[in-house]
Amino acid sequence: MKILVCTKRVLDYNVKARVKADGTGIDLAGAKLSMNPFDEIAVEEAVRLKEKCAATEVIAVSCGVAQCQETLRTAMAIGADRAILVETAEELQPLAVAKLLKALVDREQPGLVILGKQAIDDDCNQTGQMLAALADLPQATFASKVEVAGGKAKVTREVDGGLETLEVTLPAVVTTDLRLNEPRYVTLPNIMKAKKKPLETLKPADLGVDVAPRLKTLKVSEPPKRGAGVKVPDVATLVAKLKNEAKVI
Amino acid sequence: MAVLVIAEHDHGALKGATLNTVTAASQCGGEVHVLVAGHNAAGAAQAAGQIAGVAKVLYADGASLGEQLAENVAAQVLALAGSYSHVLFPATAHGKNVAPRVAAKLDVAQISDITKVVSPDTFERPIYAGNAIATVQSADKVKVITVRTTGFDAAGAGGSAAVDSVAAVGDSGKSAYVGSEIAKSDRPELTAAKIVVSGGRAMGSSDKFNEVLTPLADKLNAALGASRAAVDAGYAPNDWQVGQTGKIVAPQLYIACGISGAIQHLAGMKDSKVIVAINKDPEAPIFSVADYGLEADLFAAVPELVKAI
Repeated sequence: MKILVCTKRVLDYNVKARVKADGTGIDLAGAKLSMNPFDEIAVEEAVRLKEKCAATEVIAVSCGVAQCQETLRTAMAIGADRAILVETAEELQPLAVAKLLKALVDREQPGLVILGKQAIDDDCNQTGQMLAALADLPQATFASKVEVAGGKAKVTREVDGGLETLEVTLPAVVTTDLRLNEPRYVTLPNIMKAKKKPLETLKPADLGVDVAPRLKTLKVSEPPKRGAGVKVPDVATLVAKLKNEAKVI
Repeated sequence: MAVLVIAEHDHGALKGATLNTVTAASQCGGEVHVLVAGHNAAGAAQAAGQIAGVAKVLYADGASLGEQLAENVAAQVLALAGSYSHVLFPATAHGKNVAPRVAAKLDVAQISDITKVVSPDTFERPIYAGNAIATVQSADKVKVITVRTTGFDAAGAGGSAAVDSVAAVGDSGKSAYVGSEIAKSDRPELTAAKIVVSGGRAMGSSDKFNEVLTPLADKLNAALGASRAAVDAGYAPNDWQVGQTGKIVAPQLYIACGISGAIQHLAGMKDSKVIVAINKDPEAPIFSVADYGLEADLFAAVPELVKAI
């Protein structure tokens, strides 16, 4: 069974996003970009499934600018066998990415597709579910445990209030939550090995997909600032302030 | 054209998030209809009819909808969505699971986690963990939206909408419910609580977390929350996590105990009305958003606070 795993290149988790002065977006010039952390968990899970012999090949995919190759090399350093970059300089929204991935699912016929539940830049949390709908596949989102056996996947999901377990018939789409696994550190020998693994580059037109954005961003602005309040010297003052000033207790 | 709200419910009763979603829907123009897709969910359907501002309740009752599987609920929504200008879901785990499936099948964009309706086609939504607010415009024929419940007040009672039955869809056969572990608690729900008491890595252990914070939460009738660091360390259950990738809360009072205040945690609680931070590190970033900061050892300060309230 093949596993298709999808990765997005985003502003690094540790870098604070700064809004551009002209309000057109986030200033990414010179900023560190890395693989979306949820996608790293997705790659790790796919590689672990291969190591457990539940899969035979792990294919990493990324959609975006040429530099997404770096993200794909990271995925291959974690353990993906090969990679596909769908290269475009156009802004890609989740529906467009889902259509590109659907075309790749048709081509590669994976038994499982694993994606991060959301990207930490646009915080959309859409692509996996959209892919599942377009490919008419069952979905198990926000996974904290995945077991594959007998043509099915048993997936424990993080839901409001606790956990839920589903059994989906493969092929299926799984999206990862934070605690599915802890991605391994990539080692230098594996980074070197990843450089030699095959990376294919396609254009959206090769897959017959129109990626034109559907939503127009009118502006991007700073959120309202919350001013720092006061420091209180002791618990008694705190209780007095909460009772008399804030009136919340 | 009318606006359709997909109710969140446990069949017997509506979940609070539905009420905030109705408020967002009422700002999109047009009559507000509510779909209750469930099994033996007449109780939830009746309750939906009593929400102020709701003109009609559509009730789909079928075994296929009993476990709220995404494939079946999405199919149920799609059976109705064509005649609406907007389809709104609460941005809960369930809403986020189903909404993109509906949008993709309609070949429209989804607008996630809106915090403001600027006009019927223009919305505000946070991006980058709330470090920026994007204003987006949709030209799609149906706008599929998830609503961040903290951005909208809960709709009141006083409605008397009729409940119309609609045919339930069949089961997709591709996905099956196995079971769930939902923690039973007498505490208010984290995302709906008026007061939230939250603990960070400084709690040190699961035992300490419970021993120190539970009495405070009990005294204030508060929900318990945690930072990602505390959850990662195993001090608190996963679904207590407040932050960008966990729960978004905006209570009247948020008490952060031993939480340093990472960006992604602030994203989940900075819209709280009053924030109290108790931390012994004077440089902790949490103090930059706290209305009242108490620089103290929480293991002494929290028990003292319990006594003083």
